[in-house]
Amino acid sequence: MKRRKLEELFFRSLMVIATVVVGGSFFLIVGTVFIKGAPYMTWDMLTKTPGGGFYIGKEGGILNAIIGSLYVAGGATVLGLIISIPVAIFINMYMDGKKFLSNTLRAAFDVLFGIPSIVYGAFGFLIMVYFGIRASLLGGIIAVTLLVIPILVRTLDEVIRTVPLELRDAALSLGATRWEMAKVVLRQIRPGILTAILLSFGRAIGDVASVLFTAGFSDNIPTSLHEPAATLPLAIFFQLSSPVEEVQGRGYASALILTIIVLGITILAEILIKKFSKHNI
Amino acid sequence: MRLLKDKILSKLMLVFTLASVSLLLVIGIGLYYHSIPLLQKSSWGELVTSSVWKPLKGLFGFYPFIMGTLWVTGIAIVIALPLCLFTALYIVEYAHARIKRILVPFVNLLSGIPPVIFGVWGVLFIIPLIQKYIAPHFVDYSTGYSVLAGGIVLAVMIFPLIVSIISEVLRTIPKELKDASLSLGATQWETIKNVALRKALPGIVTAVVLAISRAFGETIAVLMVCGNNAVVPNSVFDPGYPLPALIANNYGEMMSIPLYDSALMFAALLLFIIILLFNIISRVILTRLERKLIG
Amino acid sequence: MTQTPHISVQHLNVHIGNQHILNDININIPDKKVTSIIGPSGCGKTTLLKSFNRLLDNTDGVKITGKVLVDGEDIYAPDAEVTHIRKKMGLLSQRPYPLPMSIYDNVAYGPRIHGIRKKQVLDELVEEQLKATGLWNEVKDRLNAPATRLSIGQQQRLCLARGLAVGPEIILGDESTSALDPVSTSIIEDLFISLKEKYSIVLVTHILRQARRVSDYIVFVYMGRIIEFGPTEEVLLSPKEELTKEYVKGFIS
Repeated sequence: MKRRKLEELFFRSLMVIATVVVGGSFFLIVGTVFIKGAPYMTWDMLTKTPGGGFYIGKEGGILNAIIGSLYVAGGATVLGLIISIPVAIFINMYMDGKKFLSNTLRAAFDVLFGIPSIVYGAFGFLIMVYFGIRASLLGGIIAVTLLVIPILVRTLDEVIRTVPLELRDAALSLGATRWEMAKVVLRQIRPGILTAILLSFGRAIGDVASVLFTAGFSDNIPTSLHEPAATLPLAIFFQLSSPVEEVQGRGYASALILTIIVLGITILAEILIKKFSKHNI
Repeated sequence: MRLLKDKILSKLMLVFTLASVSLLLVIGIGLYYHSIPLLQKSSWGELVTSSVWKPLKGLFGFYPFIMGTLWVTGIAIVIALPLCLFTALYIVEYAHARIKRILVPFVNLLSGIPPVIFGVWGVLFIIPLIQKYIAPHFVDYSTGYSVLAGGIVLAVMIFPLIVSIISEVLRTIPKELKDASLSLGATQWETIKNVALRKALPGIVTAVVLAISRAFGETIAVLMVCGNNAVVPNSVFDPGYPLPALIANNYGEMMSIPLYDSALMFAALLLFIIILLFNIISRVILTRLERKLIG
Repeated sequence: MTQTPHISVQHLNVHIGNQHILNDININIPDKKVTSIIGPSGCGKTTLLKSFNRLLDNTDGVKITGKVLVDGEDIYAPDAEVTHIRKKMGLLSQRPYPLPMSIYDNVAYGPRIHGIRKKQVLDELVEEQLKATGLWNEVKDRLNAPATRLSIGQQQRLCLARGLAVGPEIILGDESTSALDPVSTSIIEDLFISLKEKYSIVLVTHILRQARRVSDYIVFVYMGRIIEFGPTEEVLLSPKEELTKEYVKGFIS
């Protein structure tokens, strides 16, 4: 009896320890970045582009990278949505009775979701070479769009599936065409679409490997699609590889900025998901 | 008119769907096509088993990079699996609803943190930890930049994935089945060990397979901490050079050395194929599992 | 009701979340008899049954007050040993839930947990319980086959054998025949009747005819309260309470 109780206690403690480690790792990461980055946070970081000698510790900020990242992530999310919404609607509403096919399509998107961003980056690079595009904002947007399409399709698909079948049937029985029904469903899932946008934007803004080959880097804010654009993760990466302490420190501050942006987006998405699921139950 | 609109839109959607799905095929073909110049010179077997990496002499041996990937991934799984398994068990089987409501969002937040931040954390926290406190107990000297560092960072990155899959699987186990074991006088841990884990085994395997494929492809965070030395690691404190890091680190020069671009695309192709295989395997296990639950 | 009660429930209240599931339950379950708990669905029958072996403990947001005395010992006392209490009672749930292992291991599961390791002892135990539930002749040649290969009716009898193998004093049945075909149902019912020589049996059922066939006593529960408790014939044929009358006539269901 005693041995069994000890065994229970032992494994229960192990579980608590594991949970503390896994849950605590989040605080460890955010805490580390905050402690190291906060001392280097200045207003200039957010509002100025790199001045001359920025990379040897002179003045400037990373506005170029912040704006660049917003452009890339924003452009990719918009482009991705334009492609993903029709796809999600098609899988759910235009394939009645072909369950095998729609499930195969879903599986394909799951696999695409699993393809690492470095492969999308390499493939995006191949597309650019093929069409003769230089490393630019456009190139970055193309590669990141490929990356976010599976995220968007999967999320939208899940959201559409929460719409009660009765509602769709009701619309159809009133003589609506499938497209008119799709419009009804789209109106229903507006918060879900917003969630998908946030998830995709959060992923897009934080990814390095896909923009490494494709977006290039520049100290200026891009003014056209064909100019190279800096991105926040890349700026962090470059500043960190510098031997100058001041530059490294600003790398940590940049990391802090990115963390705050992404956490904000993730928390917003979490809240939305919760609201949405409550709404449906 | 309305029907015509419906028909046109339906065709348009079909095109979009097919186009985005065929991405899978197009990526594979594109990468293969660009690997052909390299493949004409040496065979698949030579490329993956040779350890000589001298791009300037046209020698491309991928063995060290494949081993680097395997080491880092292996370490990550060894660290992450037990931690995540116990965490998932705690969340599903023990934690009160209130604790669950606090815990689960943090796991989700962790999954939202971008890879580069994990890399920064690795450099700031894990590297000094290994260099000053762990390595000195085992080896004479280590910079800290090692496959161990890569493995630890990667382990933390795959926590959310493994925890969420395993918890989901654990939740599908009927309460009555656990009650049956409990009502025979088994303790909760005995019930978990003999009933829940046994039932969840296929799900756990799936989680591991998916985590491996995720870990294989992770680039920037690993690149920042694992040393990037093109030799086969002999211990966890040796530096390693995983495939994704190879691609990311050398894109700058790839157009200036002959065959180099082809070699990097081949590396991407290798990753693509491995990950495709692992994803398909996990999918097969999952569908089998679902069928079993229904039947 | 002259003999000492086996389970004695005193002022039991169960809340789950904001819901008051069981309201001031007082009842004495007689020893070595079959007692059926009847009532409309959602009235708290199953909750009452599960409170007897503390299976409610793991429910989220549950609050239990009052006493449940088993052999005079309060199972909700702070120092009560849960596994020991549960071992005293075999549970037979609505659908059979064989553990994910072989037929043999299912029956041997409980004894093994409680420290019996000797192969010979286990063999005897398994054979004895499978014979007690009439399963031995049907499965003796395939004891190592997975338990899920058995028919539903056989699985339910296996679950009963599994429960008996730990040597309980009480058998709790939670609508144990609701998933079974008529033949298996009557086998299980006959088993209950023959088992009451050695065990006290508490059944939850919503089939009045079944309650009448197998039970000695009947408890009628409605909206979390005990309305009436007495010998089977009395409660079913000449109920004292208005609610019981209506339920028995089929007005409330």
